[in-house]
Amino acid sequence: MTMSDENARRETFPVGIASVGLDSVTRQVPASEPPPLPPNAELSVIGKSVPRRDGRAKVTGETRFTVDIALPGMLHGRILRSPLPHAEVRSIDLSAAARRPGVRAALAIAEPRDPSTRRLRYIGAPVAAIAAVSPAVAADALPLIRVDYQQLPFVADLSAARDPGSPRVYEAAASAPPGHPSGWPAAAGLPLSGNVRGPAIDQRGDPSSGFAAADVVVEGEYRTQVQTHCCLEPHAVVADWRDGGITLYMSTQFTAGVRQELAEEFNLPLSRVRVIVDGMGGGFGSKSSLGNYGRIAVALSRAAGFPVRIILDREEEQTDAGNRPGTWQRLRVGAKRDGTLTAIAIESYGTAGVTVGAGIGNFAQAIYPCANFRSEQSDVYINAGPGCAMRAPGNTPGAFGYEQAIDELAEKLALDPLALRERIDPSPVRREERRIGAEQIGWQRRHAPGADPGPVKRGLGMAQSLWGANVQIDCACEVRVMRDGSVEVLSSVQDIGTGITTVLAQVVAEVLGLRPEQIAVRIGDTEFPGGGPSYGSRTTASITPPARTASWQVLQTLFREAARALKASAKDLVAREGRIVVLSEPSRGMTFREAAALLRTDRISAIASRSDDYDGFRRRMGDAALAQQDLGGVQFAKVAVDTETGIVRVERVVAVQDCGRPMNPLQIESQVQGGVLMGLSYALFEERILDQHTGRMVNPNLEQYKLAGARETPAIEVVLLENYQGQSATDAYGIAEPSNIATAPAIANAVYNAIGIRLRTLPMTPSAVLTALGKVPARS
Amino acid sequence: MIEASSALANASEAAETSEAALEPDLVAITLRINGVTRTLAVEPRMTLAEALRGPLGLTGTKIACNRGACSACTVLLDGNPVCSCMTLAIETQEHQITTIEGLAQGETLHPVQAAFIEHDALQCGFCTPGMVMSCAALLARNPAPTAREVEAAISGHFCRCGTYPHVVAATLAAAKARKA
Repeated sequence: MTMSDENARRETFPVGIASVGLDSVTRQVPASEPPPLPPNAELSVIGKSVPRRDGRAKVTGETRFTVDIALPGMLHGRILRSPLPHAEVRSIDLSAAARRPGVRAALAIAEPRDPSTRRLRYIGAPVAAIAAVSPAVAADALPLIRVDYQQLPFVADLSAARDPGSPRVYEAAASAPPGHPSGWPAAAGLPLSGNVRGPAIDQRGDPSSGFAAADVVVEGEYRTQVQTHCCLEPHAVVADWRDGGITLYMSTQFTAGVRQELAEEFNLPLSRVRVIVDGMGGGFGSKSSLGNYGRIAVALSRAAGFPVRIILDREEEQTDAGNRPGTWQRLRVGAKRDGTLTAIAIESYGTAGVTVGAGIGNFAQAIYPCANFRSEQSDVYINAGPGCAMRAPGNTPGAFGYEQAIDELAEKLALDPLALRERIDPSPVRREERRIGAEQIGWQRRHAPGADPGPVKRGLGMAQSLWGANVQIDCACEVRVMRDGSVEVLSSVQDIGTGITTVLAQVVAEVLGLRPEQIAVRIGDTEFPGGGPSYGSRTTASITPPARTASWQVLQTLFREAARALKASAKDLVAREGRIVVLSEPSRGMTFREAAALLRTDRISAIASRSDDYDGFRRRMGDAALAQQDLGGVQFAKVAVDTETGIVRVERVVAVQDCGRPMNPLQIESQVQGGVLMGLSYALFEERILDQHTGRMVNPNLEQYKLAGARETPAIEVVLLENYQGQSATDAYGIAEPSNIATAPAIANAVYNAIGIRLRTLPMTPSAVLTALGKVPARS
Repeated sequence: MIEASSALANASEAAETSEAALEPDLVAITLRINGVTRTLAVEPRMTLAEALRGPLGLTGTKIACNRGACSACTVLLDGNPVCSCMTLAIETQEHQITTIEGLAQGETLHPVQAAFIEHDALQCGFCTPGMVMSCAALLARNPAPTAREVEAAISGHFCRCGTYPHVVAATLAAAKARKA
């Protein structure tokens, strides 16, 4: 990870935005890594829209997802879940269920004798589990489990839970989960008062003198709802405990991480634990860890002596497999007459149910520099299922409030929203993104707020996103060249639908002078070198540099063999178009296959891992609450608001995004469209509705939990910047999360432009719009 | 965290001996799937989706919501798209069933399948088999649809990855390719 001077060399890299003009920079590169990768225009495979490798298998139904795995003797697991929002299990009787024909194992998960498990804090919390010979037998047996619950007082509403007199979700401070609202594991010392954990305070400069120096101050309260992931593939796992080890097939975003969890949980050496995912039907943050259903599947398999499959139904998933926490935010922003920001203050309360991580402040502290900043963020426990990371956690709800506050500030300063951002945003990348997007959407035709005559009012709005250029150092892959010339790349990294399979083939093919379809990609299996997680938008940034490095290293070995045969120097050889040739004399050469046939062993192989970003990291996950982040984009939205029905229709979105070097523009376009659509759906439709009188989610499915579909999808135009920074062997970064952050605030700003009234609560439903217009009374 | 019940061992033995006797009534049914006749014994409550994915081994059809809300399980019944999770297997005996496995002609993909690949109309791919079936059914009844008609045809489908724009583009391209 660290490099000593004698092992490094200086290299000159292209830097800047390709469409604007490239400059160069010199950086220190480890000796084991390849020379700088030229800009995409000079490459043959990287940066091209190569068709998705797994496309054929997916359109024919051949892809094997976890839900499709059926092992010999496999049993079907079901979990009995708490019907009460807060209760203690007094007794549990499994005998009738266990005697049911076809039931092979029955386990208590909430143990009446165990103080650490007998307390149930939300509807849907696991109580017991069974494994049976078929899903139907399992479903029939589940109601036979008899549980005696002692009901306890509960609270299922964010503001009610803040009341010091409200029922406590955790009576003993020691049992309440610690942690920082930003989701970082740090800050164990945060105070706990009633159900409120916090505040976590981040401060720089002197906010009060900053506000005193301000010519203009805007202040507002914003609310965001709980959003659920709704991956199309249900959460699913097949556990096979045998011979004192575990093979776990799981729909997961992190095979290597799940293996680590299993080894610790079941006290096994890593060598006895294997985690496999082939087809993976979406995660969005909700499939990052083993989860209670994973642990239960393993325990059932161990108890029954056969493999056990658990597939969560939608109600189980909606209530117990994670969600994006809801938030309440109060923002204050002060500025000088010329737009210079003088102070930012944020107070937030959010709820991740029985856990923590509902913070929103990372966005505001980082997107536009301001010397004086203070955030006070608190998590509020309620009796509802746990939150977890979801596509740009923190920044997506944070941007909804803050990017509206910036627009409000612009209006108070009589500045165009773009003009204000020109003054406060030093990023040359964002500047270019604003320029491109404004031109494409026709920003100059934007009218004054509410100026559109007639009942259907149109409006234009924009917002920016920011996300860390995250990298996982613990990330490796192997590249093998076999003596017959076949090539494979191996890593435990997983393709959760983002297309890394295709991108890996592109990287290896580019280095070896082959076509991507000639590269076998074997991933999603912990038998291969550990490939890091697919969350935090870091898969591409983490795995493509070691893939290029390992390819380059095996190629050097192959060059040595070829050089002997060609009577040339290995240094003079290049690999291109399926051949290895002498650079100065291209007619002298041999095919890649002929070169491989010279190998003295059946294969050559190299394993490389992700090195530190060249010239060092600017930011690591988890340790930089006040750091400058720098991966993002600018989105523009055009909306039509029907002031008679309250329906907001998004007609068009222009998304201008940066992800460093684009590896496969077509796949990136797909992913950005997905990010925009998920943001639109968050803005207008989605909401977990929790009945505060029962603690029950009343829409735990896919029909009453409203998702945007094809007919709600606007024209989404994606523009990718080609932005080089010379930071790694590929200089590529992620796109999943940055593409999701700016959509909701861009729509909200467009709605304001349409009707002249600001909506500060998500989702922006017809009833919320009509209420804002004064046409219907507010919901209590 | 998890403890095995002490009742377990005895219960498992009991299950071994009495299971066959208590098996619910099974019904023998004959289905025409992708041009092949298959006979199987099912419980009357078994859905077509469960029959396809279980005893018939045709796992290309996906179950995502299991209540007719997302259309991931779409198959064709006499050419018409239906949610196989909302259709009992015993109801489908008199019909021609086409699943995603039966859409390609040997190695030659259906034009919609080929266009989905070319236009990257999929990401995680879990909604894809159902989406492909609905788009193929649309082209069979309307060889030259508009973009709005494609959107209407897939309006019951959810794709959380957000591939709708590429799905529409792919289906329009497939329609064009078939005409050419």
